[in-house]
Amino acid sequence: MKISVTINGKLKELDINPHLSLTDMLRNLGLKSVKKGCEVGECGACTVLVDGKAITSCTYLAVWAEGKSITTVEGLTKENGELSDIQKAFIEEAAVQCGFCTPGFIMTACEIIADKKKYTRDELKVGISGNLCRCTGYENILNAIEKAIKNNE
Amino acid sequence: MYDIKNLLIPKTLDEAINYLNNENTLVIAGGSDILIELRHGKHNNKTLVSISKLDELRGIEIIDGNIHIGPLSTFTEVAEDKLINKHIPILAEAVKTIGGPQLRNMGTIGGNICNGITSADSASSLFVLDAILEITGPNGVRHLPITDFYVWVGEVKLEQGEILTKIIIKEENYKNYYGSYYKYAKRNAMDIAIQGCSVLVQIDNDIIKDVKIGYGVGGPIPMRCFEAEKSIKGKVISKETLEQFGDAVLKEVNPRTSWKATKEFRQHLANELAQRMLTKSIERAGGKI
Repeated sequence: MKISVTINGKLKELDINPHLSLTDMLRNLGLKSVKKGCEVGECGACTVLVDGKAITSCTYLAVWAEGKSITTVEGLTKENGELSDIQKAFIEEAAVQCGFCTPGFIMTACEIIADKKKYTRDELKVGISGNLCRCTGYENILNAIEKAIKNNE
Repeated sequence: MYDIKNLLIPKTLDEAINYLNNENTLVIAGGSDILIELRHGKHNNKTLVSISKLDELRGIEIIDGNIHIGPLSTFTEVAEDKLINKHIPILAEAVKTIGGPQLRNMGTIGGNICNGITSADSASSLFVLDAILEITGPNGVRHLPITDFYVWVGEVKLEQGEILTKIIIKEENYKNYYGSYYKYAKRNAMDIAIQGCSVLVQIDNDIIKDVKIGYGVGGPIPMRCFEAEKSIKGKVISKETLEQFGDAVLKEVNPRTSWKATKEFRQHLANELAQRMLTKSIERAGGKI
């Protein structure tokens, strides 16, 4: 199936096998920040933005991306290689241990930050409840997101 | 890779109905159930008909006082919608408990009903709101109360070629009603209800003018407890009335034991939640116990 899709700001014309998940499609394009965790929508490691909304790309048909705009962590970095505010906040707050869940958390955080709303710590916990971190680093992840929200004010 | 036999993406409703008017076809909406079930080896002999391009099935509007919900509306869209929050906040409360944020951005309210699963968090609220389902098929449009829609686990009254095209909440079923939903699960997110309970109430000073109660896991399909409702209609709001209500629902619910919880625990929850949700609903209506 032929689709046209914007990936990290660049319009692409692709010929997509309808059996493919969005995770597979993005990884085949070299976007390896999109992790394969549970592949049943439970761990959040494959989270990407579709038209600004965080979704688990493992439970999304690649052909549904037709006409949509997809963002992965690769699309957050600036042209000169400089990291985005949310990425910097994750480093500064040591919100990373093994790193496998990190891209998913960052993409979920992107949707939260873009809202420009004020969040309580408890609301942020709800916001990241679709992402699992098995190194149990949630406190630092929440600190990082709070910091990025403050920087975005 | 998903083990899909064939995938069709119709551009119009008529085209979708044509495709679905064949054996071994299955509608796929948000995909948050079907794509997972495909990973578990189910549905791999079926042609999937993706209704993702049917934008007429999206959106929430109010027509002549009645609320029309497009079945392709995602849980996030329902939860954040101004009309829903103003007129039927119980539904927003219910869909916010589903899965996690990413799932709520994908999963649809129509899919939540049509998959025929009893624990669907939106179902008990739609039951107490007496939602009317608009179903379109090869023979035209028909309307069915949601309370008549479920047949058995995973089975609803959709004939071959038919598709859910609207969920309608009539003004008479939400105006002056106040309600609340509670999902009992082991985790606060990413979990399936062990019991789900919705109550809607209308009060007149200290009298219960009308009351409706729906359960998610009260039996194999979502259900109302009509006899329990009748038993306290017209009664004075009191602790005794609450207890009577909690006892009455036990004559109607018939949950099962599963690896998640025993029948007895689900019955206990049904009793307790009936009283708590009625209390909360009465308080929201401005009443006092």
